[in-house]
Amino acid sequence: MRLDASERLIFGPGVRLKEDPVRETWVLLSPERAQLLDKSGLAILNALDGSRSLQEVAATLAARFKAPVEQVQADVLAFVTPLVERRILDRAA
Amino acid sequence: MRPKPPVALLAELTHRCPLACPYCSNPLELAASEAELPTALWARVFEEAAALGVLQVHLSGGEPASRRDLTELVAAARDAGLYSNLITSGIGLTQARLAALAEAGLDHVQLSIQGVTSEMADHVSGYRGGLARKEQVAGWTVALGLPLTLNAVMHRQNLDDLGATIDLALAWGARRLEVAHVQLHGWAAINQAALLPRRAQVEEADALVAEARERLWGQLAIDYVPSDRFARFPKACMGGWGSSGLVVTPDGRVLPCHAADSLPHLSFARVTEQPLSAIWYEDPAFQAYRGEAWMKEPCRSCDRRALDFGGCRCQAFALTGDAAATDPVCSKSPLRGRVLEEAAGQRGAFTYRGRSAGGLR
Repeated sequence: MRLDASERLIFGPGVRLKEDPVRETWVLLSPERAQLLDKSGLAILNALDGSRSLQEVAATLAARFKAPVEQVQADVLAFVTPLVERRILDRAA
Repeated sequence: MRPKPPVALLAELTHRCPLACPYCSNPLELAASEAELPTALWARVFEEAAALGVLQVHLSGGEPASRRDLTELVAAARDAGLYSNLITSGIGLTQARLAALAEAGLDHVQLSIQGVTSEMADHVSGYRGGLARKEQVAGWTVALGLPLTLNAVMHRQNLDDLGATIDLALAWGARRLEVAHVQLHGWAAINQAALLPRRAQVEEADALVAEARERLWGQLAIDYVPSDRFARFPKACMGGWGSSGLVVTPDGRVLPCHAADSLPHLSFARVTEQPLSAIWYEDPAFQAYRGEAWMKEPCRSCDRRALDFGGCRCQAFALTGDAAATDPVCSKSPLRGRVLEEAAGQRGAFTYRGRSAGGLR
């Protein structure tokens, strides 16, 4: 089943964030994959604590970045969907 | 233009392996165990790699568990700040050893399977009883909380079991499944006739993977390496030569691709003689097919040249004798017809590395 904004997400096992001193950016490390992150990607991932829904994450980020919440929620879903597909992020139980 | 730093290091810790897969990607001439880099040297390679920008190390071989110092090597990768992937057949791992690897900081296990029945698994690996051990290793991996990927190389003889392979990945608790159509480098070239799939098998596999990806969305991630023999365009070898990854062989030579040994006109620098960064940025073997300057027609003016880089250099050399030629599996290659003709007429039995005819170990 595809993702819904009411769902809560956590990092899968073996998934972590790392600050990359060579590229001067943050990266998301997962099995056999490294994804360079921009500011918004990093902010989304840092907000995934397994207790807040994607909707709530979007509301928090919209307030912080002073952006329309609908737009932010669409961005959040677009960012996390392929990560759930690749089992880098898990749906919280 | 200065190349970007590499992301991944394939560390071929050893060429020793209990299995004898007919599609082994290791070269015909294996490095002797006496020539293998010692622990401290690998640790230095990991540090140099991390400083260069490498984020992930793939601990591979041969069978990496054949190295008695594997736990120390995993710890060295962690100390260097690298994300570590163990690329293993599972043979040589015990529950205690796997727990020690997890404790040392191992991040991920990629476990190979050669078949979903004991008969097929034994036949393809040239090793008896491997499947049962692999199932144990999968169970220990999951119980330790490590992410598990299954890797299945598919070819003429096991492609019809692809559906069962996907079921097995789910049953064993894998989060990812890598389905890779056989690549015909190294020892695999010897077994080409027994391995090349039929066109109908490839088409069925393509459809099956597409269906399973949809059905198992969010449950099992399926990475698919399509067969290039019947495709219109070649595979994007290494995502571009010398652009994102490097390989260190058991005896310390640094290759742009694990199959690059098959290109006789290239020679490779050693980690014992030069810093890794000098090799990455300046070594002639890394420069050889970097970028587009080396390309000939039809690649040079092709609008796909930044997508697939003309395909695989090693395959171009193997099939045409010219490593700078267009990969002949490409529909724009003048040799495409011959490749398809050859692929259609293949039959044969396996020849196992280091085994007498038909002999299982």
